[in-house]
Amino acid sequence: MNIVVLVKQVPDSGAERNLRSDDSTVDRGSASNVINEMDEYAIEEALRIREAHGGEVTVLSMGPAGAAESIRKALSMGPDGAVHVVDDALHGSCAVATSKVLAAALRTLSPDLVLCGAESTDGRVQVVPHMLAERLGVAALTGARKLTVDGGTLTVERQTEEGYEVVTAPAPAVVSVWDTINEPRYPSFKGIMAAKKKPLRTLALADLGIPADEVGLAGATSAVVEHSQRPPRSGGQKITDGGDGGVRLVEFLAAEKFV
Amino acid sequence: MPRRRTSPLDLIDVDRLLTEEERAVRDVVRQVIDDRVRPYVAEWYEEAFLPVRELAPVFGGLGLLGMHLTGYGCAGASAVAYGLACMELEAGDSGVRSLVSVQGSLAMYAIWRFGGEEQKQRWLPRMAAGAAIGCFGLTEPDHGSDPASMKTRARRDGADWILDGSKMWITNAPVADVAVIWARLEDGLGGFVVPMDAPGVSVRTIGHKLSLRASPTGEIGLDGVRLPASARLPGAEGLKAALSCLTEARQGIAWGAIGAARECLDTTITYACTRDQFGKPIAQFQLTQAKLADMAVELQKAFLLAVHLGRAGDAGTLRPEQVSVGKLNNVREALAIARECRTIMGANGISGDYPVMRHAANLESVLTYEGTSEIHQLIIGQRLTGLNAFA
Repeated sequence: MNIVVLVKQVPDSGAERNLRSDDSTVDRGSASNVINEMDEYAIEEALRIREAHGGEVTVLSMGPAGAAESIRKALSMGPDGAVHVVDDALHGSCAVATSKVLAAALRTLSPDLVLCGAESTDGRVQVVPHMLAERLGVAALTGARKLTVDGGTLTVERQTEEGYEVVTAPAPAVVSVWDTINEPRYPSFKGIMAAKKKPLRTLALADLGIPADEVGLAGATSAVVEHSQRPPRSGGQKITDGGDGGVRLVEFLAAEKFV
Repeated sequence: MPRRRTSPLDLIDVDRLLTEEERAVRDVVRQVIDDRVRPYVAEWYEEAFLPVRELAPVFGGLGLLGMHLTGYGCAGASAVAYGLACMELEAGDSGVRSLVSVQGSLAMYAIWRFGGEEQKQRWLPRMAAGAAIGCFGLTEPDHGSDPASMKTRARRDGADWILDGSKMWITNAPVADVAVIWARLEDGLGGFVVPMDAPGVSVRTIGHKLSLRASPTGEIGLDGVRLPASARLPGAEGLKAALSCLTEARQGIAWGAIGAARECLDTTITYACTRDQFGKPIAQFQLTQAKLADMAVELQKAFLLAVHLGRAGDAGTLRPEQVSVGKLNNVREALAIARECRTIMGANGISGDYPVMRHAANLESVLTYEGTSEIHQLIIGQRLTGLNAFA
């Protein structure tokens, strides 16, 4: 099975993150950048399918030149090669434009299965997998907590708030996964050393036949007009129990829609 | 508004000295220690326990065991990468690093360097995977710094060898599947690969340790242990062979000690910034900052020394007395840092809720094993003067 895993480099969600003052995009320059955590689960799932059914795993990433480090890290887990879509004009791309670029790159790879994380920790939009499936004209099996491959049939347990749904589709398809699907392996030292020898191909927008003005800030379907720092945490509200403490707590929770 | 704090090892940006691959190795080991060791190690230490059989396969899966060796399932990593791994392991606990040092640099290295092909095939792949645990028997109850006068003997009986004697302070011995045992022959010293289940081999776990508690240590008894001729390490001639294994392990220790010191200093800086006395954080007092600055400076120097020696190791130019410089300085300074951190932590410094006292206590062992500070001073002194002061 020819599997492509989408990997995004994001600022470490455990560290301080900022937006740039000039164009309100994510500040990637000063951040500690890592593989989007959910994508590691997608890589692991791809590797397990390759181990069980054979085939090839290719990492596909769109991002600035610095994303190459995260691509190498992804390769150190075991995929066979990678494609990096890198172009200055991509800076500030929205989800719609991102899906356009990734779909064009995927067409050149003709995968049987596209695996990706259900969301990225920077954008948290969760729509790219669906948009990709639509653009490619294949099924979208999203939010999977389990994936079974049986010949050309894909079955996922789709995680919902209440439980899960079983959804089946023929390959090719786009499957997005949650962190409940597996436990990603650590990259081995052999994997780390092998990663630098694996093929990493770069593609520019011109290679994909996409005009620069359809992507990036210029082609974005939404715009961030301004941003400001989150206000410092305030002292909160103290409830002193004068006999009605329980009622006032419930009133607070209800007003904030926690209950 | 205080400026953002800088981690001690970022002070002079030492990461710039490392390749992307070396940083990747370091990051993975740090992650594994965060996941598998850091949350539990205080408890293990309290209980004098290390889950060797659980950790070894995880470490083996990464390629940590014998990682600087080649072939036989070993990762073939550089000396610097091995050092960085030791640093992260020892930031968890010196006992965890000791497990890996003894397995890779002592037991596996001895077999890899001096063993015959059959011995290598039999033991190294399983040891690299963490399925088999090794230990290294050189020290004896009455012979520590002076191993040349060891009493353990190997005598011929037909084609077989018979081993008699005892080995003391042997890391991993209580859990080991195999030991590399050094013994006196009729002509000099020789090394033997001894399965721990061979008749006549016994192990007593050494209890009541107040240091390296999360590391199994044992005394090995050898009572007429009969071994086939093939058990002897064919390439291990004399004390020099045994000492070359120690030189391997000492490199990892010079790196590891930095990790223990870094952990202490990181903990202490965070503590000092949040602990208020006399109406302000104790980190804002000049005496505290002087201590922190001096410790951070020593930490950078130790790191630079380790990188320098590691690069020499990778270039194949590293000499034993250079390794002694690294082991002597880095462990001595790490211990000094751990003790100084303890003073800043006050009473909390002695609590098992913080890692500082555990590291300080561990480093007392690290100061002594693999050549005491005094032995390293003698090795360096001999190189400086040309005069032998050992005896």
